[in-house]
Amino acid sequence: MSTSLPESRTSLPEAHGDIAPGDEIEPTDVPRAIRGYLIGLALATLLTCISFYIARSTLVWQPSIPIALSVLAIAQMGVHVIFFLHITSGPDNINNIMALAFGLLIVMLLVFGSLWIMTHLDHNVMPIERLMHMQR
Amino acid sequence: MSAGVEAYPGGVAGGGLATVGGGHAQSLTEESAHGPSKRIVVAYGFWIFLISDIILFSALFASYAVLTDATAGGPTGRDLFELPTVAVETACLLLSTVFCGLAGIGAQARRNAMYYGSMAATFVLGATFVAIELHEFATMIHAGAGPDRSAFLSAFFALIGCHGLHVSAGLLWLLTMMAQVYAKGYRPDIRRRLLCFALFWHTLDIVWVALFSLVYLVGVAPK
Repeated sequence: MSTSLPESRTSLPEAHGDIAPGDEIEPTDVPRAIRGYLIGLALATLLTCISFYIARSTLVWQPSIPIALSVLAIAQMGVHVIFFLHITSGPDNINNIMALAFGLLIVMLLVFGSLWIMTHLDHNVMPIERLMHMQR
Repeated sequence: MSAGVEAYPGGVAGGGLATVGGGHAQSLTEESAHGPSKRIVVAYGFWIFLISDIILFSALFASYAVLTDATAGGPTGRDLFELPTVAVETACLLLSTVFCGLAGIGAQARRNAMYYGSMAATFVLGATFVAIELHEFATMIHAGAGPDRSAFLSAFFALIGCHGLHVSAGLLWLLTMMAQVYAKGYRPDIRRRLLCFALFWHTLDIVWVALFSLVYLVGVAPK
């Protein structure tokens, strides 16, 4: 990750503020910008291939496959955010990161909250067939 | 999404009218004089919209995750999903997102061949993705596994279909951006729209990463 940060940023004058989300870090350096996308492509391809391989193989302990796939997906999303969206941890990116972090909080609440509540309902509510059976 | 394609008079708020070289350093100096440049304000606003879009997808995803096992005796993901198709779709979208980035570089460097070539490649790959997805949907509906078959399939079609609609809308936007650059050149307001488009397209690929991993691959993984 640190290779994508240009050295020149540290040499900028004091006045640097924010950068727009998605903006190239160094827009005038075309080969360098292209290289960033190619590194991202390579990493994303690697992670995708591992995901597709794991889903069908017996290499990983089977009940852990969904967790492994989730971890790989999160890693790949991180690659996309850094190399394609150029949202990095730099000081000029702090507003973009904060907005993303808040969005992720809501996403986690929604997904895990729904799953949590609904599995509890599943466990606690008797299946309708059993209920009918008891009434007889 | 239309918020990003609104017409801007261009550079009123101390933004890019004076930006000739398109250099980052220039926008930094302007920023210190007049507050944040228009480019930053527009892109940040669009970023907030994209995050709310991600939240929309996460709500659809949560309902899918809750309803995965509610197949009502009908076909499950293991019966329906075909991994080779999903792999081709994934490759299309990943390559198109890289070409979209190259188009952004081409626009900033004022290289017409790079810009138009990359945008065309992005369009072809995106259109291939939509075509494959429509074919997949048609096959499933034809086999009696349409959204009316079970709660699982309703949630599946809502989630994947919503992403497909976003990609289709993105394709229209892409053509608009090619036409706008052709007609108006690399003006600051056009380049702001291009930045928003690139953000939109990259975000759609990020959403697809979650979908192919957690819907398709987890769906066929042995339990």
